Amino acid sequence: MASLDPKDNPSRPWTLLSPALTAILLLLVIPVCFIAVYSFWLRTATGADVAGFHLDNWAEVLTDSFYRDILLFTLWIAFATTVICALVGYVPAYFIATTQYRHKAFLLLLLMLPFWISYIIRTMSWINILGVSGVVNVALQWVGLTGEPLQMLYNQWTVIVGLVHFLLPFMILNLYVSLYGIDRNLVDAARSLGCTGWQAFREVTLPLSLPGLAAGSLLCFVLAAGTYITPLVLGGPTDAMFANLVFDAIITQLNWPLGSALSLVLLILLGGLVILYNRFVGMSQIAKSFG
Amino acid sequence: MSETDHHAVDLRGVVKRYGDFTAVHRTDLSIEEGSFLTLLGPSGCGKTTTLRMIAGLTSITEGEVAIKGRRVNDLPIHKRNLGVVFQNYALFPHKTVWDNVAFGLKYRKTPADETKRRVGEALELVQLPHAADRAPSQLSGGQQQRIALARAIVVRPDVLLLDEPLSALDANLREDMRVELKRIQHTLGITTIFVTHDQSEALAMSDRIVVMSDGRVEQVGDPQAVYNRPASEFVAGFLGNSNILPARILAREGERAEVEVEGLGALLATVEPQDPRPLARGETVKLAIRAEKLALSPAIGAEAPGPDAAALAGRIATVDYQGQVARYFLEAGQRQLQSVNAIDEHPLPEGAEVSIRVRARDCVILPA
Ligand SMILES: Nc1ncnc2c1ncn2[C@@H]1O[C@H](COP(=O)(O)OP(=O)(O)OP(=O)(O)O)[C@@H](O)[C@H]1O
Ligand SMILES: [Mg+2]
Repeated sequence: MASLDPKDNPSRPWTLLSPALTAILLLLVIPVCFIAVYSFWLRTATGADVAGFHLDNWAEVLTDSFYRDILLFTLWIAFATTVICALVGYVPAYFIATTQYRHKAFLLLLLMLPFWISYIIRTMSWINILGVSGVVNVALQWVGLTGEPLQMLYNQWTVIVGLVHFLLPFMILNLYVSLYGIDRNLVDAARSLGCTGWQAFREVTLPLSLPGLAAGSLLCFVLAAGTYITPLVLGGPTDAMFANLVFDAIITQLNWPLGSALSLVLLILLGGLVILYNRFVGMSQIAKSFG
Repeated sequence: MSETDHHAVDLRGVVKRYGDFTAVHRTDLSIEEGSFLTLLGPSGCGKTTTLRMIAGLTSITEGEVAIKGRRVNDLPIHKRNLGVVFQNYALFPHKTVWDNVAFGLKYRKTPADETKRRVGEALELVQLPHAADRAPSQLSGGQQQRIALARAIVVRPDVLLLDEPLSALDANLREDMRVELKRIQHTLGITTIFVTHDQSEALAMSDRIVVMSDGRVEQVGDPQAVYNRPASEFVAGFLGNSNILPARILAREGERAEVEVEGLGALLATVEPQDPRPLARGETVKLAIRAEKLALSPAIGAEAPGPDAAALAGRIATVDYQGQVARYFLEAGQRQLQSVNAIDEHPLPEGAEVSIRVRARDCVILPA
């Protein structure tokens, strides 16, 4: 019989991982290498790409304040989205983790429900809610609070609302996992030693849920910073985010070298964030909420 | 001064229900200042629930709980000044040993120098003075248990509540900690309520034992009383090994009663002077005799049983050899009996005819 102990069969883990590793290599590593090479090419006025080692794209991306401003705006949107997700998501995560309700699994299923509907449709649904003839405006006019419909859509706040809507389940799930793992006796112990309920939360529950908060925040931040559909659908003309620049460069202007350089900037920035997170918290925390 | 002044804890008609299910039936209980009381019973009998009601961690459905004569039903747990030790230690994993132990003092606004002194003393008392800077995860199970104890006693609680604190330790360590815990309790003179399902723990440590079953108190008494004079069939069966035999009262005279055991014959039993039962002739009862109280000797050349004792003839069906002692399964009359006897070199052989001595003072009459 074949032994399952990896020590007896050192190649076994690699054998089992090989399909996944092949996929990652073919679909991720090699394309990123192509993009890296592309970013040093040059697009001429005639529209032809010149191969070679030109630093022009990188010089443009790294010095032009246009790109820097949009990058800062992107980081701001991602940051605001993450903070709101954390604040709004903590309460339901805490509730699901601590409830004595018998159908806890059902509550978790409800949390997954939005994933059954396309992200684009969920984003567009805000037009029916906040638009000029949307639910909110119709209601306000019906009550008589406003005569004219309010212009609520197409600004950075609707982008943030759309992103929070999209990313909240990721945050709640990560928070839930770490809150659920906290031994209830710890809270009881803190209470018996003189803490009020709120003090016990601050001393025990909150610090022990920080790994989940960090994992949820990382996911929210990275996904928010890389989004281009939400600003496209819910943002105004000045609310372009960094991924929209990549989209524009590659799809609209067909400037692949510039688009490659832009996308690498975002990749390096978010990759750096993931490395920092891994250094201080560890990737296993994220794995927990998917296992 | 009222009667309850020297009671550390009083339960009066306390009931706990979860929906239709009654976890703890009407219970009255008083715990003397400075004493060590054990709640003993099988899994699910309501020990933890009772303890948590005293602690204020579980609400009380009916009745009242008083600590030092003061009703605490509506006093939240953080104002009750209790020390609680949990089965899984429940040390704060993100705090050092020092911060764990100092935790309760922090919320009592203890000055820094006094905190330092008292945490030091507590760590000294549990014999871990050098563990202060470690994380709980760097300690062994027994050490974690000591720190949990230090954390609970450093605040000088009115009552120390321990929920199966030793059950997660391995057997040897458990016996050491048992002695240790008793020493600390004795040194501090702290009122202690200890929950366990282990009868030997209960017998070794307690001033008083409360035996519980199915949410009811079966018997309250000191260890000898509970062991030697069980009040019910449940108690007789739960502590040690007892022969429990259906019987009928033949006659009663003061502290002696003669009973007829079905399929075995007449035996003498002892009745406690304060026993309120009439035990009239013809009443059906149960007779309990501990296995180690049935003394065996070879049938040939057996001595006379002496006054207040009877000798039964029996045969050894099986022998369970356990080193110092042997457990014998006997056939006597139409009944089967168990006997545990010390071994002098060799156990008695299987199939041997024996004489079984039954003393009146070892026979306890239980309700049928
Ligand atoms: N929150 C609850 N809801 C419903 N029933 C409960 C609850 N807590 C405890 N019970 C029930 O109450 C009874 C007593 O429980 P308890 O925990 O007090 O038992 P225990 O004597 O401590 O047992 P163990 O030795 O297993 O710890 C059990 O039947 C248990 O199922
Ligand atoms: Mg229990």
